[in-house]
Amino acid sequence: MLVLALDTATPAVTAGVVELTDTGIVQRSVHVTHDARKHAELLMPGVLTACADAGVALRDLHAVVTGTGPGPFTGLRVGMVTAAALGDALGIGVHGVCTHDAIAADARGEALLVVTDARRREVYWAAYDADGRRVDGPHVTAPADVVGHAAVRAAGGSAAVSGLPVVGPESPSPAGLVTVAADALRAGVVPGPLEPLYLRRPDAVEPGARKRVTGSSAPAGTTAPAPTASPVGERSA
Amino acid sequence: MIVLGIETSCDETGVGVVRSEDGAVTLLADEIASSVEQHARFGGVVPEVASRAHLQAMVPAVHRALATAGVTARDIDAVAVTAGPGLTGALLVGVAAAKAYATAWEVPLFGVNHLASHVAVDTLEHGPLPPCLALLVSGGHSSLLDVPDLAGPVTPLGATIDDAAGEAFDKVARLLGLPFPGGPHIDRMAAEGDPRAVAFPRGLTGPRDAPFDFSFSGLKTSVARHVEALERAGTPVPVADVAASFQEAVVDVLTAKAIRATRERGMETLVLGGGVAANSRLRALAQERCDAAGIALRVPRRGLCTDNGAMVAALGAHLLTGGATPSPLDLPADSSMPVTEVLVGS
Ligand SMILES: [Zn+2]
Repeated sequence: MLVLALDTATPAVTAGVVELTDTGIVQRSVHVTHDARKHAELLMPGVLTACADAGVALRDLHAVVTGTGPGPFTGLRVGMVTAAALGDALGIGVHGVCTHDAIAADARGEALLVVTDARRREVYWAAYDADGRRVDGPHVTAPADVVGHAAVRAAGGSAAVSGLPVVGPESPSPAGLVTVAADALRAGVVPGPLEPLYLRRPDAVEPGARKRVTGSSAPAGTTAPAPTASPVGERSA
Repeated sequence: MIVLGIETSCDETGVGVVRSEDGAVTLLADEIASSVEQHARFGGVVPEVASRAHLQAMVPAVHRALATAGVTARDIDAVAVTAGPGLTGALLVGVAAAKAYATAWEVPLFGVNHLASHVAVDTLEHGPLPPCLALLVSGGHSSLLDVPDLAGPVTPLGATIDDAAGEAFDKVARLLGLPFPGGPHIDRMAAEGDPRAVAFPRGLTGPRDAPFDFSFSGLKTSVARHVEALERAGTPVPVADVAASFQEAVVDVLTAKAIRATRERGMETLVLGGGVAANSRLRALAQERCDAAGIALRVPRRGLCTDNGAMVAALGAHLLTGGATPSPLDLPADSSMPVTEVLVGS
């Protein structure tokens, strides 16, 4: 079966076509661009390039696999909503897989840490045993709080913070993404709804007491100004 | 021809379907999933909360819209999507989805301007638009636009220099202890109050002020001072009277400037749009003043004034039938897309 694989959970915008057989996984094409701020601009053209390179049309596809993070939110959503809409429009299933699992699938062998950039001086990370099974994570923490477990090497764009030898890719390959979903795809499992791995709550502060505009002469008993402004956006109805 | 429109510039996931036939554009479906309740406790829209909600709501909203319209994906002739202005993260969800649908369905994609869509939506109820003046007022924008043609360049005449009109409603509602979003609550309270109870200032209406710009920040501060003075004196705040007086100050300025602009530009038609155009006093006063000035007023029904996908589909249909060049597949979301740009890539 022909599977379109997408991932936008890292600075890489990845699209590729993978052929999944009963026994094997063959990556027919891959198109990767690197621009963490242009995921939405680059992804669909990348999908079409990957399809053209593989010599297949969108309607030839049998399934879509998408990374569900963890990853910075705005970019992550571009891949996920693209996958969801493509699957819907083509009438094919969309399987979500953890982006770190896909990176680990590309670096099978000894115990591994996968560490990727979470911005704001934090990283996303997960730990895998020698059989490629995730044994911890994914988490979002300060780089200093990455727990080594038995890992002897690391992969992912922020692998260096682990202090371990860096192996494997910075972002998942189409083959890696499909590998993680291979059992479900071969079994014909109907995928559930896509669940993004945000790992962080949205930045939002409930407003405190009202700020007064008329100086500090408020009588005792009235509430003080809120200590922080709530970082709310604007409505644009 | 049938056009599907997607709108995700703020907190509404809107998907609309329209049919364009012999110059008439009719509404087939207008599906909206709103995350407004998730924002209420924050007193304003939280962009990340809105973006997360768009991702969850997008595909189901398309399904509902197609079902309501009684059409299948094969019937869709084009996909239109709001490319800006709006919240970047929110816009991106709609833009990415629209690209995927248009590509998979093999139909043209139109990345359109949110403000122009607010004007275009009126054609769904009132037919083709003559050259007109548009007053667009919402939580994100307050603009006076000269619109010679829906598909052509729009000339901005003025805009708010500080708070948007809807933002002022939200802030004053909070001051008066009314819930978010403030517009409908102020509207309801004001109906029981005296609009002449407090003479709040009319911003930017002096002889040397920019004739078509708006300012609502000073008004909001003036309301705050008034409320705080009452509180300090231990006097109960007459919420209905304050709400009515505030609302009157806003709609007085909006309508006066809109009428003046319509006249000065030699237009015979004024169109209202945006969430604040759902305000009952704005609708009434605009009608009164347009009648007196001999101007034809066109106001979409309330549900079409607030953000929705039908307005995007309506503009898309107009562009498609007008032979506009579709947007490229790498079209970006542009949070500050200028109103002079109606279609991305044109
Ligand atoms: Zn709007």
